[in-house]
Amino acid sequence: MAHSETTTAPGSIEPGWQTFVHDWSADKQTFHVPWGKAMMWIFLLSDTFIFTCFLTGYMNVRLSTPVPWPNPSEVFALEVFGVSVPLLLIGIMTFDLITSSGTMALAVNYGYRRDRGRAAALMFITAAIGAIFVGMQAFEWSKLIIEEGIRPWGNPMGASQFGAAFFMITGFHGLHVSAGVVYLTIVGMKVLRGDYEKKGYEIVEIVGLYWHFVDLVWVFIFAFFYLW
Amino acid sequence: MADAHATGQQHPLKIYFVVWGLLFLLSAFSYATDFLEHGYFRWALILTFMILKAGFIVAIFMHMRWERLALIWAILGPPVVLLVLIGLMAVEGDYTEFTRLDFFSEPIAPTGHAEAH
Repeated sequence: MAHSETTTAPGSIEPGWQTFVHDWSADKQTFHVPWGKAMMWIFLLSDTFIFTCFLTGYMNVRLSTPVPWPNPSEVFALEVFGVSVPLLLIGIMTFDLITSSGTMALAVNYGYRRDRGRAAALMFITAAIGAIFVGMQAFEWSKLIIEEGIRPWGNPMGASQFGAAFFMITGFHGLHVSAGVVYLTIVGMKVLRGDYEKKGYEIVEIVGLYWHFVDLVWVFIFAFFYLW
Repeated sequence: MADAHATGQQHPLKIYFVVWGLLFLLSAFSYATDFLEHGYFRWALILTFMILKAGFIVAIFMHMRWERLALIWAILGPPVVLLVLIGLMAVEGDYTEFTRLDFFSEPIAPTGHAEAH
């Protein structure tokens, strides 16, 4: 990654803004990271715009309806031994994703240590926890559709836009989790096989970026859709 | 930090465990806000915990803290324009609700003006 034409080597210590001007102003590589990582970041940036558009659309329909919005705390409550616990499943799903974020971060670390056995094992654990998340989501959707009668065009509890916003936002997020499980499994198998021994283990960090992003989106969905 | 890219993002394991613990704690706090009354206090707490969680994930787990400014600003800068969209849609949503109340529902208070519709 060294550039002979540059006066200061990338990564050397310069005060913040000088590096910024330096990296953008010369006719040379701007991002001193593997290209795959830069591309993943740019993809995630575009995904940020998509999810923000969804959440903004949800905000708009919720603000504009004069009909009361169904209370998510009650809609997503679960009965445990006869006691109704608000948002229980959603809470468990949140902790499930946070757990998988931790195992993913460790996988990246072991990848860079070239401990490919541990890195692959942690990636498979992350994928398994992600699959559990999708399973819980399937349970949640089934309960809402079959028992509560929530549809994209209406529901018995209140504003009819509730279903449309809910299915679109959590559906698109669930799709991202499912794709992440597949991505993690494929790259995990290649890591285990030793495909990256020569190339290096940046790929684990790139998969990690995607996975942490999925968790990041959930943080916003949890706050704005389930808690608000 | 200086040679972070020679060997990739390699940091001591401790920081991951600390952040992992913090994320669990903040998630628990987030969940706890559900037991509060709806209002500004609850919304402020929801946003605070949300921003802290998002910050830890991006800064530590996604290693943004150790990246160079060229990458940080290329990624974290553009989403700022989304605030414009959010602001516009908030105004628009309020306006739509106002017109719906004005034109499509029973008048809440007899204003005389509403009877014209």
